[in-house]
This record gives sequence, structure tokens and C-alpha cells, in this order.
Amino acid sequence: MKLTKRLFLGLAASTAMAALPVTAMAEDWSPKRPIDFTIMAGPGGGADQIARFVQSVVEANDMTTRPLVPTNRGGGSGAEALLHMKDARDADHTIMVTLNSFYTTPIRQEALGVDIETFTPITMMGVDPFVLWVHKDSGITTFEQYIEQVRAMDGEFVMGGTGSGQEDSIVIAFMSGAYGLDIKYIPYDGGGAVAKDLAGKQIMATVNNPAEAKGFYEAGEFVPLLAFSDERMPAYPDVPTMKEKGHDFSYYNQRAIVGAPGMSDEAADYYRQVFNAVYEGDAWQGYLTSESLSPLPMNEAETRAYWTTQVENHRELLSALGGES
Amino acid sequence: MRQGEISLAGLFALFSLYLMWKASELPIGYIRGTGPGGGFWPFWLSFVMLLSCGAIAWNWWRGKSPASTSREPLLDAFGWRTVILVGGGVVAFVALINVISMYGAIAIFLAYYLRFLGRHSWWLTLAIAILLPIGLFFFFEAAMLISMPQGMPFTQPFFDVMYDIIY
Amino acid sequence: MEVLSFLADGVLLALEPINIMLILIGVTVGLFIGAMPGLGSVNGVAILLPITFLVPPGSAIIFLAAIYYGAMYGGAISSVTLGIPGASTAVATTFDGRPLALQGRASLALVTAAIASFVGGTVATVFFTLFAPLLANLALSFGPPEIFALMLLAFATFVGLGGDDIPKTIFSICFGLVLATVGFDTISGEPRLVLFEIDGFLRGIGFIVLAIGVYGIGEMLWTIVETRGEITTTNPKMTAKGLAADTKEAVKRGWKGTTIGSFLGFFVGVLPAAGATPGSLMSYGVAKMISKRPEEYGSGSPDGVAAPEAANNSASTGAMLPMLTLGIPGSPTTAILLGGMVIWGLTPGPRLFVDESEFVWGLIGSFYISNVASLLINLAFIPLFVWMLRMPFTILAPLIFVLSIIGGFAAARSMHDIWLIVIFGLGAFFMRKFDYPLAPAVLAIVLGPIAEPTLRQSLLLSSGDPSIFFTRPIAAPITIIAIILILLPAFKLLRRKRELVEG
Repeated sequence: MKLTKRLFLGLAASTAMAALPVTAMAEDWSPKRPIDFTIMAGPGGGADQIARFVQSVVEANDMTTRPLVPTNRGGGSGAEALLHMKDARDADHTIMVTLNSFYTTPIRQEALGVDIETFTPITMMGVDPFVLWVHKDSGITTFEQYIEQVRAMDGEFVMGGTGSGQEDSIVIAFMSGAYGLDIKYIPYDGGGAVAKDLAGKQIMATVNNPAEAKGFYEAGEFVPLLAFSDERMPAYPDVPTMKEKGHDFSYYNQRAIVGAPGMSDEAADYYRQVFNAVYEGDAWQGYLTSESLSPLPMNEAETRAYWTTQVENHRELLSALGGES
Repeated sequence: MRQGEISLAGLFALFSLYLMWKASELPIGYIRGTGPGGGFWPFWLSFVMLLSCGAIAWNWWRGKSPASTSREPLLDAFGWRTVILVGGGVVAFVALINVISMYGAIAIFLAYYLRFLGRHSWWLTLAIAILLPIGLFFFFEAAMLISMPQGMPFTQPFFDVMYDIIY
Repeated sequence: MEVLSFLADGVLLALEPINIMLILIGVTVGLFIGAMPGLGSVNGVAILLPITFLVPPGSAIIFLAAIYYGAMYGGAISSVTLGIPGASTAVATTFDGRPLALQGRASLALVTAAIASFVGGTVATVFFTLFAPLLANLALSFGPPEIFALMLLAFATFVGLGGDDIPKTIFSICFGLVLATVGFDTISGEPRLVLFEIDGFLRGIGFIVLAIGVYGIGEMLWTIVETRGEITTTNPKMTAKGLAADTKEAVKRGWKGTTIGSFLGFFVGVLPAAGATPGSLMSYGVAKMISKRPEEYGSGSPDGVAAPEAANNSASTGAMLPMLTLGIPGSPTTAILLGGMVIWGLTPGPRLFVDESEFVWGLIGSFYISNVASLLINLAFIPLFVWMLRMPFTILAPLIFVLSIIGGFAAARSMHDIWLIVIFGLGAFFMRKFDYPLAPAVLAIVLGPIAEPTLRQSLLLSSGDPSIFFTRPIAAPITIIAIILILLPAFKLLRRKRELVEG
């Protein structure tokens, strides 16, 4: 009777959420119109999943006076979403779920004229680490074997990812640079397609968020070799990190909620309370654990400082990437 | 018709040239070892479009297509009037969306079409022009959670009232 | 016969009162959402996702799957009655569904669509029940070269679709393919063909924008001008007797298309990158190719309605398979269903059938029930849709314009795309005047975004060597068949010409 048990847990979780002090929230400002909840990616990816999860939690517990209207604006690697935010008609009712194209797209497409440091920080929901995966049939079980194999194949080792300039390609570029690897990189249009082609052995390795590879990992199809996190991940305690291998490098996909530039302080406070409540709720905490996301709670000032360093880091990483190809 | 066909083909040929030029911003060649560049596919397809325009012109010159031998005008007076009244109505409808919101524009468009093109009674016209936008509002905003454009700021109070009703 | 006992449990679970109620509501809601041009199963499923927090996951996914099914059935309604394909999966349905409606046989078209959908959905569910793990492996063996070969085959089955004017047909195909490349090039990660430097083009040009422009605005305008605004479709009132007669005729004249669609649709649908649209297009093409009277297609053949409709339902069921067994969504809708499963704490993937067998079989059981429910509910609503067609044209026409614009916005969420719809509509009107076939452009914009990246991924894999399409065991036969099909009409034409010359 698994289902009923889960039902019970689910109901318990949602009542617990409902009991959160929603009513105690600031009454001085509340949304008057449906809230534009822009998703910086197409349907189906990690960002979309998180956005729909958050929206479902908010809706199921009736945490806002007006509904969140999720809209996918993934065009141009997030450029569409960034422009939409920049020119938001009603900044107080426009928020967005981000991934790292939040940093990379304005750098790569300067013509957009988007400065993300003008955006309004709301809540950092967590950061998604990256892991290097191979198929179990490859026989590779350690990172060292992987390096050996890539070198032996001399440019014929095929990896898949979500496109040059995207998160995983940055990680792969770093790895290739650090170990002098020559990798054949095939871009796909989504993490799901990459995982599928690794499972079908069309490609030999990927760098992917654990959430996207989890099903295959649990079935024993995928073998994790290396994590690009700061410390070993609780769900993969035997997987070494890049830092242990002597390179000071870690890379995460940020899962954050941001507001449009020019959002009023009252509105920003309102959304911070709502999404902090979501963040602290059991549903989200459970999600963080099951999908191996790392928490990274930050206040507004910290977030702004974090953005500045991230923009700098990405500028360097991308220029290294551009220099190579 | 005869003139129209070659003009349209000429227009499309120009558009194909523009697309070719635009596509050549990315590599259009076959890069050794990696296959076609980012501009390859659109560039060569636009080139085929250009060739087809050439073939269309050739067929036109030989009088092979029905339009190229037709002596009829492209559209008669009635045809042009219909295109302008109906097509123009749709263009005006879309232009109004940013002014008086999606729902307002729908109401005006329906009233215009039903009354002045369809010659229906005022009673029927108003019934449809008022009830349909309201129905669509409930369907899209309340049931489907899709926010439609709201036009200029002066429509805001009206929407705020409607939102108070549905949420 | 372990499968059968699992299945029996599953069907029983789906027949529990709460589930059967959810199925009925889901199918009805889905039917109407699917019938709106611009809205499809993805909207229905996305909106109702939060509601599913309130019921157990087993019931929740049954509910969402019912909406999915209802919307697939509903897609045909907009294609037949309004002449606008509401979703890319229903494009091919307009080819023959619309002519039937204009001939006053809308009810025949709708009944055929409903029955074909039912058969397609059911056949697919049976396959699903029996061969799920096997088919999952088949899906995995399709890499970029195989998918590209399949796209080539899809194009090949459509060679005969264009008009008689070959240069204009080629122009139309290329036009659609080029439009599909506008926006962003995933492979190089660069913006591409941002026409006239307008930022709105960064998001690309969606299928729905072109389809609504061409069919909703262009075709309507053309009809109004050609008929001098005095078009009257004489769709007779629906009676129970008429419905029975239509059913009989639908079975008699649509069984071939249904059979082809059910099988072909499923196998194409199972492949995650392909999905329901190529499946329905290929089924239409194949049905036409092997028909004894191909000339009937495009002017109101029930087989031409049955083939794509059977295929898109069959393929939608097929698309659930990679989602459940591999955790890979085959379409935006299954992507959201997948998100739902994660929300409920399930891990889709190879272990799901083992770890959550009650959930999986409950869902499969619900496919059978949803299909029966969709058929009955759909048939019950057909008189309503036929009644809509009995409205005076001067009322129906503005309604279609309004639904095109508001539906277009619902799908695209940008005014830029609405202007594009209008521009495509006016352009299509003049192209139609000069006999440019437009269907090839619409097909091309659907298939192009799959064909181009897979071609380039394949060539990256082979370091630029095109022989990859002829050396891989699955890709090779598909590519060769596709090339033969493309060359066949050219040979025929040559031979006919020679005979003419010699004669």
C-alpha cells in the first residue's frame, strides 16, 4: 500500500505548509494581478521542473492572493526571458526562475543590453551540482580510467551536452583544459535528450545534474565518476570531487527566483516571504534531498555580491571557452 | 494576374537574397571534421528558394502556369474591397490589443464585423460582442491561467475589478 | 501471463469511483481545451498540475493522462470545424477533414476522427501492455543518425503532397525549413537569422504561428473573397440515425487509414525525439501512397482523416513509454507529466516498472478506460460542433479570426508572434491566389527543427563523414527507403516524358 502511505505523507506535508504563518505576512503590499512567473527555459528541463514544483506548492497551499502564471520563455538560450524581464510592463508582478544562462547569455549576447545586476534578488532556492557520468558498459569506474580512455581515443571520445556556452560545456571545457583532453562534443537541445543518448550509448559520457541522470543511476546504467561540487555529495558519498583531484574548481547551476528590475521594495519583500516559506517547507526540503541540490540560503545583499562574482567568473570561463574553439 | 505572379516571384527572390545574406553571418560552409556550420542549412535552403523563384519566372515567361496566361485582374473591385475591409479589420484588431487590451479589441472587432460586414441586427451584434469577450476572459484568465495583454494603463482598474471577482 | 494479472489490477484501480470520475472530468475538459486552436494538452496538463497535490499520485496521473487523451481527440475538432490545426499533431487532419466539412460532411469527418482515435489509442495501449521494456530498448537504439533518417522518410512520404507546380512546391518546403532555423542555433550556441534585428525573432518562429496564420487568417480570407462572402455550408442537423450511418461509413471508408495510423504512429511515437507529429504526417503520407485512389486524398477522403488521427493518438500513447521507462519526455506534455511524477516523489526511469508497479499498471489500465470514455464523450458532443458549423458564415468568420488571434497569443505569449500571424495570413492569401501550395511549408516548419540538429549531430559524430547514414544498421535501411521514395516520382515523371516524346 505504497500509494496510500504517500498520500498520507503528502497530505501531512501540505497541511504543514498550510499551517505556516501565511496570514502573518506583511499586509502592506499584496499582488493585485496574476503574477507573471517566467521560466528561463523550455518545458521539460530542470528549471521548468523546479518552476512547476514551486508553483504547485504555492497554488496547493494558496500562498499568494493572485495566482502564479508560469510561462516558458526559453528562446535564444534565455535571451527571450531576460528581455521580457528587462522591459517588464509591471515590475511588481513579474518574477523569474533562473538557471545559469542568467549569467552567460548577457555576456555572450551583448547586443541584448541586459544587465542582470539591475534585477531584484528574491530567493535562492538551491544550487544544482554537476557530475561526470559514463555508461556502465564502458567499463570505466574511476576518473583516472576515464582520463586514460579519452587520451587513448585521441579525439574520438564523444561527449554530449546542451550546447556550447551552456553550463555543462563550461565544465567540460575546464576539464579538457586542466587535463589536456581532446573531446568530441555533441550539443543537444536538452538535458533529457543527453541522458537518453548516454543510456543508448550513442555518446560515451556526459556532465549532467544528478536530477537528470538519477533514474538511470538507480537502475545501475550510469556510473558517476567525479562531482564538480565543493564537497562530496551526500547522495554519492563515494564519488570524489574535482577539488580532491587538486583543481580548485566547482560549478553549480543556480536555481533562484529573481524579480524584474525596478520592483518596489514592498513587492520584493512580499515575494521573499512567500518563497522563503516555500524554501523552508517540507515539500521543497524533500525535493532538495531527493534531487541532490545543495542549499545556499542568502539574503539580498549577499545575493547581489554573489551575482557580481558569478558574472566575473563566467566572463573568465567563457573567454577561456571562446579561446579554445 | 500575369503581372502579379512575376511581382510575387520577384519579391520572394529578394527575400531569399536577404535570408542568404542574413544566414551568412554564421559559417555557411562544410567545416572539415565537424560537418556543416550554423549558417549552412538556412543559407543553402534560401539559395534553393532563389533558384525556385528563377524557375517560377522561367515558367511564367513560357506561360506554363495558369496565372501567367490569365488576363483577369488579380482581384476585382469586390475582391479588393473585401480584402481591405476584412484583412484591414484584422490588422486594426491586432493594433488595438496594445491600446484597449485583448478583450476590448475583440469586442470592437466583433461589433465592426457583425454589424458593418455581416449586417446583423444591433441586438445580436452587441450580445455577441459583449458576452464573448467576457466568456473568453473567464476561460483564459480564470480557468487556463493565461494572462492576455492588457493594453494601456487606463484599462487597469477594470482588470483589477475582474481579478477580484475571479480569484 | 503475469502481465494480464497486473493489467487486471490496473484496470480495477482505474475503475475505482474516484478514478472513473477523474477520467470523465479529465476527458471532457481535455476535449474542449484541445478543440481551442492554440491550446493543447500541454496547457490542460500544466494548469491542472497543482490540483493533483490533493489526490493520490495514482489518481493524479490518471487524471492528467485523461486530459492528455481528451485533448488529443479534441485536436481533430478544430481541424475539421474551423480548418485550423489546433496542435501540430492535427495538421494532417485538416487536409481531408476540412474539405469534408465544406461538403457538408463534417459529422462524417468527426465520427471518423473519433473512431480512428479510439482504435489508434487502444492498439497502442495493447502494444504498451505487452512490449514496454522491449520498446524502450528500441527507443534507445535511435541516435541522431536514425532520427535524421526517419525525418528524411517523413519528407519522402510527402513528396506527392505538393501541387502540380514543382518550383512552387520546392519554394514552399524550403521556406518552411528556413523559417524553422530562425532564432537560435543550439549547435553553435549563437543567435541566427534574427530578421531585421528584431529581438522578437530570438525565440524563433513556432509551428503554431505559421499554421494559425496560414489556416486561420489566410485560408479564411481566401474563402471569403472566393465565395464573395456568401458561403453556406449545408451541414445537416445531426440525428441519432445520421450518427449511426456516419459510423458505418467511417468504418467502411476509414479502416485502412486507421490501421496504418495505429501501427506506424505508435512506433514513431515511441522515439523520444520524433513524437506524435511526424507519426501522424507519415501515416497520412503512407496511407495515400498505398491507396488505390490517391487522388481522393486532399479532397475529403475519410481514410485521410483516419490515418493521422489514429496515428496521433497511438503516438501519444507511445510517447508515454519513454517517459515512464526511461524518464525521457517525448513531448512538452509528457515533460510536464514527468515533472508531476517528480513532484509526487516518483523517479521515472528503468526502475519504475519494478518499484512502483501498482502506479504504472494503474496508469496503463486508465489508458483503456480513457479511450472508451473519450470515444463516447466525443461522439456525444459531435452534434454540438456540427451545430456550430450551421451558424451563418458572417458570424462564424469573425469568431474564427478572434479564436485565431487569442489562441495564437495563448500559445505564443508574445505580441510579436501575433503580428507574425497576421503577416503570414495576408502573405498566405496572395500565395494561395498564385497556387503556391502551403501545406509543405507548414510540414517543413514542424520537421525542420528535428531534421537539422540531428543531421548536424550525426555529422559531428562521424567527423563530417556523411556515410554514417549508410553504415549504421538501423539508419541505413531507413535512409535508403527514403531516398528511393524521393527519387521514385522523378523517375516516373522522366519515363512518362520519354513515352510522350516517343509516342
